[in-house]
Amino acid sequence: MIPAPFDYVAAESATHALDLLDSYGEDAKLLAGGHSLLPMMKLRLAAPSVLIDIGRLAELTGIRAEGGELVIGAATPHAAVATSDLIRADAPLLAHSASQVGDPQIRHRGTIGGSLAHADPAADLPMALVALGGSVDLLGQAGTRNVPADDLFAGFFETSLDPGELIAAVRVPRSPGMAWGYQKFVRRANDWAIVGVAAIDGRIALANMGPTPLRARAAEQALAGGASPAEAAELAADGTEPGEDVHADRDYRRHLARVLTRRALEHRA
Amino acid sequence: MQVELTVNGQRRSDDVEPRLLLIHYLREVCGLRAANVGCDTTSCGACTVLMKGPGEEGGGTSVKSCTVLAMQANGQQVTTAEGLAADGDLHPVQAAFRQEHGLQCGFCTPGMVMAAVGLLSENPDPTEAEVREGLEGNFCRCTGYHNIVRAVLAAAEAERTGASA
Repeated sequence: MIPAPFDYVAAESATHALDLLDSYGEDAKLLAGGHSLLPMMKLRLAAPSVLIDIGRLAELTGIRAEGGELVIGAATPHAAVATSDLIRADAPLLAHSASQVGDPQIRHRGTIGGSLAHADPAADLPMALVALGGSVDLLGQAGTRNVPADDLFAGFFETSLDPGELIAAVRVPRSPGMAWGYQKFVRRANDWAIVGVAAIDGRIALANMGPTPLRARAAEQALAGGASPAEAAELAADGTEPGEDVHADRDYRRHLARVLTRRALEHRA
Repeated sequence: MQVELTVNGQRRSDDVEPRLLLIHYLREVCGLRAANVGCDTTSCGACTVLMKGPGEEGGGTSVKSCTVLAMQANGQQVTTAEGLAADGDLHPVQAAFRQEHGLQCGFCTPGMVMAAVGLLSENPDPTEAEVREGLEGNFCRCTGYHNIVRAVLAAAEAERTGASA
């Protein structure tokens, strides 16, 4: 399968990428690892007129600690996130989540910022960022603004980024030693979650239970009020309207959300 | 537009369309037919090659070349199965695949071998479970995987001890 024709420009810096975004307008797309965008382009589900390559910009890669947070460059590949000693020690849920994306080759190319910008509600990293209470630094012509995970995902494959902005970095709180759980129900190896649940620090995030990753608010409130994991998990699907597909109908997804939430709250991964 | 890269140790400069995928660049422009187009959807791994950026250590990391633009390989070193054998001597992973009967029809083999080479460069002493997980991105529809896993473990052993497989 061959993508529709497009022009290609390798950005020389993040600010150069912003200038290119400005001059090419909304038909331009940023390219990092390309492991969400290129498959869509090959299927002709996306046909941008210009690709602006930010995948080799050193300023957008790397992992560092900054006070109580870890800061991960948006173009850092999943493999680096999954194997980073710093992330494995201080945000093990994030390292585990990155290790669950696709397969080794995909994790060598796909990036954390790309996965978040793609905003697939069934994907691992959007759910992980919501569970961790993380945020993203968005770089635009007016400067940098920080957007919490709960406000980043605006709809099905849609974020709250402005057209002229790019994700520069991802921030997650450091939580060494804190218990967490991560459940991903799949029928095939390497697949997206039919339903996923990530839980840490009183927060519960659900994947593929709606158009965006969701917080299981009723279950979180029950936990905060002293309910047991099993009791709280019974409320995990409250307020959700999951889609139906060949893998699962709505009732089955809601059932999975309850079972997987209980397992996640028992800190299983 | 012009892409400049190193393929199997040879520097190249070619005029390509921006939408040209690395797999098609390797097969049709370079004439290297080891990497195969299998599923064409980033699943099967038949198109796996190694890619290494400037300043990176080792032999490169495994990538699915059906999901990489040739332009994304600009300035990089790409290695295909044709680039593994030095002076006609099989690479230890290739030798182990032959020794352990790690293939039947052979279609997945170039990608499987490249994924295994990448795996062993990251983890020279893998357990059987780590080999199976490390090859998660490569499908074989003939062998049932047992001989492939045996071959990768034998290659790891041979590389560690310096013996030929």
